[in-house]
Amino acid sequence: MIPFDYRRPDDIGTAVATVTGNPRAAFLGGGTNLVDHMKLGVAEPELLVDVTGLTSRDIERLPDGGLRVGAGVRNSDLAADPLVRERFPVLAQALLSGASGQLRNLATTGGNLLQRTRCVYFQDVTTPCNKREPGQGCSALEGYHRHHAVLGASRQCVAVHPSDLAVALAALDAVVRVQGPGGERTIPAETLHRLPGEHPERDTVLEHGELITAVDLPGLPFGPRSRYRKARDRASFAFALVSVAAALDVAGGLVRDVRIAFGGLAHKPWRARLAEDALRGRPAAPDEFRAAAEAELADAQPLRDNGFKVPMARNMLVSVLTELSAEDGAA
Amino acid sequence: MRLNVTVNGEPKQADDVWEGESLLYVLRERLGLPGSKNACEQGECGSCTVYLDGVPVCSCLVAAGQAEGHDVRTVEGLADGDTLDPVQQSFVDAGAVQCGFCTPGLVVAAHDLLHRVPDPSDEEIREALAGNLCRCTGYEKILDAVRNAAATS
Repeated sequence: MIPFDYRRPDDIGTAVATVTGNPRAAFLGGGTNLVDHMKLGVAEPELLVDVTGLTSRDIERLPDGGLRVGAGVRNSDLAADPLVRERFPVLAQALLSGASGQLRNLATTGGNLLQRTRCVYFQDVTTPCNKREPGQGCSALEGYHRHHAVLGASRQCVAVHPSDLAVALAALDAVVRVQGPGGERTIPAETLHRLPGEHPERDTVLEHGELITAVDLPGLPFGPRSRYRKARDRASFAFALVSVAAALDVAGGLVRDVRIAFGGLAHKPWRARLAEDALRGRPAAPDEFRAAAEAELADAQPLRDNGFKVPMARNMLVSVLTELSAEDGAA
Repeated sequence: MRLNVTVNGEPKQADDVWEGESLLYVLRERLGLPGSKNACEQGECGSCTVYLDGVPVCSCLVAAGQAEGHDVRTVEGLADGDTLDPVQQSFVDAGAVQCGFCTPGLVVAAHDLLHRVPDPSDEEIREALAGNLCRCTGYEKILDAVRNAAATS
């Protein structure tokens, strides 16, 4: 690990100005990803600006039935919040499916969204990686890529985004609130992360110096009928092979509305709008769910060793929607 | 900086602390509390688990500056004088220790679990200890120890 400076400014404006003014500065939240990357040499900031005492740790009610989650809210506190569990169970389930207790107690809402891929080549500084060092090449294309992307990848990068929280937020139409050198702005969670294209070194649309201050969850009347499912190589403390976040509204046996996002398939949480469009107004039945999943996954381009993800994602979506359609309250 | 932190109920100070060093380093090298172990240093193994403001965290990932003014409880703070905490005694009785490197972290994690869930299912025990790696025991004796501690406390 290279030497670095550490500062704890008194307010968010100073923190943003400090990071903005130094291209090699980084915000420090719970440290559960940045600090281990510094130890591995994957990240080499020369200045850490600690924002854990600055960003809100509160979960506030919004007038539309939604919630505003401060960026400093710890993953464990967010997962345990009674309003979150009641209104958006998919969010609590997603959080509890990730990491370990010790890490969830440290990890923040903002930091979780900005965690970086667990591609083994990205994390190993002795191997080429376009995300870590643009122009080096991608070791995963012909290497170990069981965990990698089947949708939206490029020849430059086939990594997947590891956050479970981000998948639930994409499905829930969450909005990320950001403060930067130019003031405040909002970004739909679905578009916070980007596809790799020719610039895999950029995970998100955030500019250097921009700080996530909160995440808004808009009210969703059928939010209580939502769930998160995740397939992984061991029962706990592992990243997703495939995950699904879904919420379903059924009336008279028909799908009135639906929200779907996949994790583990792409460089960003994959909002399944094709599947959603295919399902609205259709019978809430497994063959319909299957057809919708196949429509969403039609453009999948698996690598040599991750073709299993396509049927896994399809079957997982069918299973989750079938269970949601059978929940109490289904008309 | 001069670091002020409450450790096992007592206000402590350490001088000439670099804010960027880990809380684990402060505990072990500056405050003479070597119970918390330094293994992976990446939050993977749980050997460094301590309570920070009442919840277990990997102290290898917490910057000293982030602990300023906060409350820390380490494995050394679980026993009541010479009387071991029931979780510690159960680890001894069950033979849940081989090399011992993972033991302090597992004891803190199990202690936290039983505080939250006094009578956990096996599934709950496994999930609660998922962040603590043991490379010797195969975990069976550790599960026995947690079950026994739940039954006796």
